[in-house]
Amino acid sequence: MTQQPTERPADRSTGQPAGRGAPSGDIVLEVHDLRVHFPTNDGVVKAVDGLDFTLARGKTLGIVGESGSGKSVSSSAIMGLHNPQRTKISGSVVLNGVDLLTLSEDQMRKRRGRDVAMIFQDPLSSMHPYYTVGNQIVEAYRVHNDVSKRQARARAIEMLARVGIPQPDRRVDDYPHQFSGGMRQRAMIAMGLINDPGLLIADEPTTALDVTVQAQILDLLQDLQREFDSAVIIITHDLGVVAEMADDVLVMYAGRGVEYGPCKEILTHPEMPYTWGLLSSVPDVQGDTAVKLVPIPGNPPSLLSPPSGCKFHPRCQHRDKVPGDLCRTEEPLLVAGQRGPGHTKRCHIANPEDIYAKEVLPEVEGVAEAMHDLVEESK
Amino acid sequence: MNEVTDESTSPDASSGTATATGTGAPGASGASVAPEPSHGDGSTPGRRTILEVDELQMYFPVKSSGIIRRTIAHVQAVDGVSFEVETGSALGLVGESGCGKSTTGRLITRLLTPTAGAIRFEGRDIAKLSPRELKPLRRDIQMIFQDPYTSLNPRHTVGSIVAAPLEIHNVVPKKKILSRVQELLEIVGLNPEHYNRYPNEFSGGQRQRIGIARALTLNPKLLVADEPVSALDVSIQAQVINLLQDLQKEFDISFLFIAHDLAVVRHFCPEVAVMYLGKIVEVADRVTLYNRPYHPYTQALLSAVPDVKQAAIGGRRDRVRLEGDVPSPINPPSGCRFRTRCPIAQDICAKVIPPLLQIGPRHKVACHFAGEAGKHPAQPVFSRALGVDENGSPEPGVTPVPGLVEHPGFADTWFDIESQKMGS
Amino acid sequence: MPDTARKVVSVFAYVVRRVLQGLVLLLVMSLVTFLLFFAAGTNPARVSCGKNCSPALQKQTAKALGYDQPVIVQWGQFLQGVVKGRDYPNDPALKKAHPELIAHCAAPCLGYSRVNNETVNTLVKDAIPVTASLAWMAFLIWIGGGILFGVIAALRQGTVVDRGIVGISLLLYAFPTFFTGLFLYEFVAIKWQLVPIPNFVSIGDGGVGGYLVGLLLPGFTLALFTMAGYVRMTRAFVIESMGEDYLRTANAKGLAPRRVLIKHSMRAALTPLVTMAGLDLAVLLGGAIITESVFNYDGLGKLQISAVQNLDLPLTVGIVLLLASFVVIANIVVDILYAVIDPRVRVG
Repeated sequence: MTQQPTERPADRSTGQPAGRGAPSGDIVLEVHDLRVHFPTNDGVVKAVDGLDFTLARGKTLGIVGESGSGKSVSSSAIMGLHNPQRTKISGSVVLNGVDLLTLSEDQMRKRRGRDVAMIFQDPLSSMHPYYTVGNQIVEAYRVHNDVSKRQARARAIEMLARVGIPQPDRRVDDYPHQFSGGMRQRAMIAMGLINDPGLLIADEPTTALDVTVQAQILDLLQDLQREFDSAVIIITHDLGVVAEMADDVLVMYAGRGVEYGPCKEILTHPEMPYTWGLLSSVPDVQGDTAVKLVPIPGNPPSLLSPPSGCKFHPRCQHRDKVPGDLCRTEEPLLVAGQRGPGHTKRCHIANPEDIYAKEVLPEVEGVAEAMHDLVEESK
Repeated sequence: MNEVTDESTSPDASSGTATATGTGAPGASGASVAPEPSHGDGSTPGRRTILEVDELQMYFPVKSSGIIRRTIAHVQAVDGVSFEVETGSALGLVGESGCGKSTTGRLITRLLTPTAGAIRFEGRDIAKLSPRELKPLRRDIQMIFQDPYTSLNPRHTVGSIVAAPLEIHNVVPKKKILSRVQELLEIVGLNPEHYNRYPNEFSGGQRQRIGIARALTLNPKLLVADEPVSALDVSIQAQVINLLQDLQKEFDISFLFIAHDLAVVRHFCPEVAVMYLGKIVEVADRVTLYNRPYHPYTQALLSAVPDVKQAAIGGRRDRVRLEGDVPSPINPPSGCRFRTRCPIAQDICAKVIPPLLQIGPRHKVACHFAGEAGKHPAQPVFSRALGVDENGSPEPGVTPVPGLVEHPGFADTWFDIESQKMGS
Repeated sequence: MPDTARKVVSVFAYVVRRVLQGLVLLLVMSLVTFLLFFAAGTNPARVSCGKNCSPALQKQTAKALGYDQPVIVQWGQFLQGVVKGRDYPNDPALKKAHPELIAHCAAPCLGYSRVNNETVNTLVKDAIPVTASLAWMAFLIWIGGGILFGVIAALRQGTVVDRGIVGISLLLYAFPTFFTGLFLYEFVAIKWQLVPIPNFVSIGDGGVGGYLVGLLLPGFTLALFTMAGYVRMTRAFVIESMGEDYLRTANAKGLAPRRVLIKHSMRAALTPLVTMAGLDLAVLLGGAIITESVFNYDGLGKLQISAVQNLDLPLTVGIVLLLASFVVIANIVVDILYAVIDPRVRVG
């Protein structure tokens, strides 16, 4: 069921045929205990402090978090985009069997854009305003492929067509500001996928777009993923996007993964109070409007001097469910919960399911009713 | 003959509402307005309208690039928009980029002067008032802005930001200003001792609260909130939305809530209007709009919103896929502006502009083929009423249905699609 | 109209519009200069005529130079002279009788300097090459040095190198031009004798080598001050462009750092620099008064000073207008350049 991409010139640096990476179903990316620290004058900012996840070919991982959760920093670390003089990165990031963190800058650069590509949030500022879109896409192609300008241009037009841009042979010579928002993001996607990377990281790809355009882009990403069989990491704060796109979900808070598992699992049986908070603070297009939203009190923590023990405990309303002062003194490990080994969470609470069903859901009645029905249905 | 003209009330009716009598020729309805506030508009008795917008228009000139710069075209940002906001309630204005909702917000607060149309605040038309005449009104109409990071002057302390309106309008004696500022900070959930701090010492959510405090200083009656939570994190959004709801209840403030996030708007606003390319395409109470939208654009919009619950049980609903981009507001399509992307567009759509007509107790739609999703009628629904045949050509010998008028707000009678007659 | 044709027409229309605006500006400037000159109070005829001047001779001088007319009329005559050419004195009868007593000044006539007994055009023509040479020499030094050190400082931001460069620029910026000039003159030319005594040598006289050497010291003097500013600005622009999102994209594509720097970062940073440099050059072409005085180069600067000191109205007006037109032209060129470099600026 893996579709072979169309014939393309072989990459000269590795001699591998195009469409590199592990065969379908195999693990593409394995991140273990990733830490990204920024030493500053005021102390060490621990932007990412212990991240673990794996991703297989053809699958989508959704990383959900708010500002300060470390989601963008971690993806930049995977790409190796941080300034090595100002950042301390530790842990391991294994892409197709090679630990990227052990590579030299030159070696990493060969892989960047070829084995792993990234698309960003704001396509207008992410493209150079002085060069045509075609120029920039061609550049992305010629960096990793030894082809003539003409061949590269033809390939760029082909990619523009594939991402759904009308009249690609004319628009390839347009400047970024002459494209609409949705078209620009499509062009960025074309630029990211032109070398058929095994892993695509999309950092808030639709946040800056209208909702109908967002729907188009998400559909496009899913179509392309199926066609190229790439692994996709989609970073977002929008639970709805994650719900539609992701196979697995990783919820991040204060630089750590706090809940990780299959998407449906996490959304119907969340086991960590932060996730409960996220789900209940988002208004639903079909929920009961008489019920107030239940926000998470307080503000995101400082990464310079984070709270002791569990980083979420100052804002957690279920601290009292844990005996003693454990939440404040000891940081919980990411372990499997009540639902089995595939669903891990970082929390001391022993019986989250009961608490969720009895306390959290009824408080958010509108969501509760529907969710409860779903939970019942899925049993 | 192809358009239903707006036979509205006399402009200075103190009630500020428009009424349409059930019978009688269109011309007569304009003259027979009863000036007393029993609004035949299906609203709860005692409820009044604080804001009435009537055929509001904002065209921005586009200059040519020749030697002598003449105006060659107009950006039709807002083109004939009419709606009402009830006192103490909230009207949501949703739409995508370029639909004109932000421009509408700026027109209401008179940061812009409209090129045509009326804005009736508590019955008084403020559309063409001079800045001097507007000054006292600025106490009553305030605005909350989208970006909490750029809408506060970083060189002013929070206290001076919030106190500024008090000083400009001289409502409070000088020595009382500080206590009022502290009172406001407390109302929005900030520490009143922080009035000497600078905006950059606060988080995004807190800055938005400062902006809200500033908007509240003069006890406004109407708040125009232009995307007040879009730039905030999800958990902070919920805090700010709850705050706004509390404030609304406590101070009886009316809201014009402009946003692109359909879920947030639905949560906050009992009535919602959907805009597209400068026009309102559908306006209804929220239950109707979100459960039984009749306009294909609203249906597409709603189907595009990612649904956490639906996805959680493993389905993706049938999405109405809209092709292409929003057309340019400089040269909008003829007839119905949505027709270039509409899945059910036909000939009449290019020839006749669909009027925004009331089709239910609190439901108006501007579409020739208005109907529930998947059940759009094959024949245009208003054509006979407008006096045209189904292809948009004028049909001789057909008289338009009397009482079919476009007006802001909801009336007691409306055009029932099934029976093709005025019902109630 | 097809796309390219329309673009050409719109560019042409733009240029025409700007040129017309420029002409209006020049017109206004000439009038203002006239008014300012006469607002000064001193009688220019008397000054022109010299120390031992009887009232009758004064009157004659005034008539000859046209000073006896009201200001507006004088201005009108000046404008006429620019367009058609002019005679001094403007007396058709005298012209017929004694043509040799009339000095004819061909269009565009910028005036006649009684003090120097030459038409302004001639005086200016002699001075321009000197000033122009100084200007372009200084320009090269400050652009080259400014950008080079600015980029180095930006790339080594926060290090000793960066702080050193910024510190030295501040020093150079603080010293007034005459100090730098005199300093260089004293030490480099006289004390250490690294270069011959600075003097303007045209290419014809001293060959290219002699020409360049003659420009070194005053060129440096002129340049150092401006270069300091350009170092700081280049540094700021490059640092700012390093934070741009498109650089992140360029890196994410796997581009080599040098390519990222040159193709992406520098191009964006250079644009404002180039436009500023164009304007600065235009002003410099008007004459670097202090430098020319210090080094005694007979350029437009020195000419300007003597014109004002001698209350030489025609010369003053002539030079002012010349300067103004340089600036106007530079503005137009810079605007067009900007549109060429930055596609977002090109309005349809």
